[in-house]
Amino acid sequence: MTSYRNGPDSRGLFGQFGGQYVAETLMPLIHELAAEYEKAKQDPEFAKELAYFQRDYIGRPSPLYFAERLTEFCGGAKIYLKREELNHTGAHKINNCIGQILLARRMGKQRIIAETGAGMHGVATATVAARFGMQCVIYMGTTDIDRQQANVFRMKLLGAEVIPVTAGTGTLKDAMNEALRDWVTNVDSTFYLIGTVAGPHPYPAMVRDFQAVIGKETRDQLQAQEGRLPDSLVACIGGGSNAMGLFHPFLDDASVKIVGVEAAGYGIETGKHAASLNGGEPGVLHGNRTFLLQDDDGQIIDAHSISAGLDYPGIGPEHAWLHDIGRVEYTSITDQEALDAFHQCCRLEGIIPALESSHALAEVFKRAPKLPKDHLMVVNLSGRGDKDMQTVMHHFAEQEERI
Amino acid sequence: MSRLETRFAELKQQGRAALVTFVTAGDPDYDTSLQILKGLPAAGADVIELGMPFTDPMADGPAIQLANLRALAGKQNMRKTLQMVREFREDDSTTPLVLMGYFNPIHHYGVPRFVEDALAAGVDGLIVVDLPPEHNEDLCDPAQAAGIDFIRLTTPTTDDQRLPVVLNGSSGFVYYVSVAGVTGAGSATLEHVEEAVARLKRHTDLPVCVGFGIRTPEQAAAIARLTDGVVVGSALIDQIASAKSSEEAVEGVLGLCREISAGVRTARG
Repeated sequence: MTSYRNGPDSRGLFGQFGGQYVAETLMPLIHELAAEYEKAKQDPEFAKELAYFQRDYIGRPSPLYFAERLTEFCGGAKIYLKREELNHTGAHKINNCIGQILLARRMGKQRIIAETGAGMHGVATATVAARFGMQCVIYMGTTDIDRQQANVFRMKLLGAEVIPVTAGTGTLKDAMNEALRDWVTNVDSTFYLIGTVAGPHPYPAMVRDFQAVIGKETRDQLQAQEGRLPDSLVACIGGGSNAMGLFHPFLDDASVKIVGVEAAGYGIETGKHAASLNGGEPGVLHGNRTFLLQDDDGQIIDAHSISAGLDYPGIGPEHAWLHDIGRVEYTSITDQEALDAFHQCCRLEGIIPALESSHALAEVFKRAPKLPKDHLMVVNLSGRGDKDMQTVMHHFAEQEERI
Repeated sequence: MSRLETRFAELKQQGRAALVTFVTAGDPDYDTSLQILKGLPAAGADVIELGMPFTDPMADGPAIQLANLRALAGKQNMRKTLQMVREFREDDSTTPLVLMGYFNPIHHYGVPRFVEDALAAGVDGLIVVDLPPEHNEDLCDPAQAAGIDFIRLTTPTTDDQRLPVVLNGSSGFVYYVSVAGVTGAGSATLEHVEEAVARLKRHTDLPVCVGFGIRTPEQAAAIARLTDGVVVGSALIDQIASAKSSEEAVEGVLGLCREISAGVRTARG
């Protein structure tokens, strides 16, 4: 059997997706980063250090929790939650940040830049930059700054400089453009800490590897609790790092059904969504060839999702490939469905999930009731919802007004 | 000989550098932009770079970002950009014209169709910022096979080891980005440019044009003494941004172009 886990090739391609589509100024840096990452992967000291920070700083392993009340409510599949929201900083993002900052230190870089949407990656980056005593600059769209005030304050507390990005619609894609502009301007001093499995090679593979700890732990934990593999995996996808982290260790297990959940916003038919695979076409943006939301002239269309973390018009290239070859099924969930799932999870489990993760939960609510009780379903609870209070309150107020 | 080869050969004989101008197609609207384009050769532009608008110009500074947005707001698209080149070619069959931009709008238009239509419109070369030599098969190879030059950007970070990779397969001229940064930002020192051009000349026989941060006739003249061509973009575009009318935009761009051209033409005199 051919493995689904060997990608990308030496040029950073997963099938026809991925690659290194960046300005010449950045090419030497990207080659250097790829070489340095290959060396770090072979270095037992790097692995040891990473394991130490995963355990004592992030708090890993994160629990694999049997969600008894959700399971009862659905009345079908047995639902497990991978509790990434219990990590330090409240989401899966820090798994990748710790890995990359250790690499930045190896490379002698002193200045860290990052883009952020919901602010979770920005907070995680500011956190590790503080821990390692590095200068930190976070680019964040003005629209996102408005809806994620608490995270902006958190980043500042941690010593980061948050630069508002007004270009475009002031969301994640514009923040990424601005971070790339900073990088080409400060090539010698700066390490660009990309927060998802997108961007030019080696980022998609590297971020996936740092996030794959999620899937590896899940495998061991479910083995210990149930003595077997899961029957299905469900995770939400913006750029797709929490999903790739959960999925990757299971790609070659044919019995495991894998489902990625995109954000359908107001509904894919409305055009106001963030579902690149279900509502986009292949193209090239931010260093990689992947599925993108674009118009009939190849101009990038702004994404829409109630969840800032999914509000991105592209998707990691490995997801594009897994979609293309059909190994993973990609579905979508609307803002409203995600909000409903958010409430159910709060009330039934006493866990406030991130709106991002609520998309995965909503998909579980659709699937689980139709499945037998011995079906083991793992859903990645990728982040906690504290950051979303403002958005949810605002939505409530709007709904009440309408009533 | 291609238009680019002919033009650089003529200028070499005249003993002066080329003035290469950049404006974005459709900025601030189609008609004004076409008027600017048609006026550039008489205002002293020796080679024309015409920007293909894109929503996400990652390597550009604020001036060109805004130019892209103005053009897109005026409903400029790839079809109209190629139409603009055809209209330019109706009265000018000698000035080389190079399309510059990002890959996605070309990818979406379809590479074979784009190459065919660009050639038919009278495009001489392409500069695609986010297509490094690692992705030659995407566009560089088919474009060159059809007779369209593919012009590479080289930068201060392109070291001696990488330079042959970048230059291999380059044609038309070599564009030296003199500062690591976005368009319209700071300018390089003359010492840096002199060294960089000498280094490039050791690796290639192609003409070398230098750009990024060149805004005045004096700066242009200083660079023109050191190299085969001087690229001016953001400074021209600022004239469009500050214009209160279409006429002002046209006169602003062409007026500055005439001044810079005078600088370039007298540089070695």
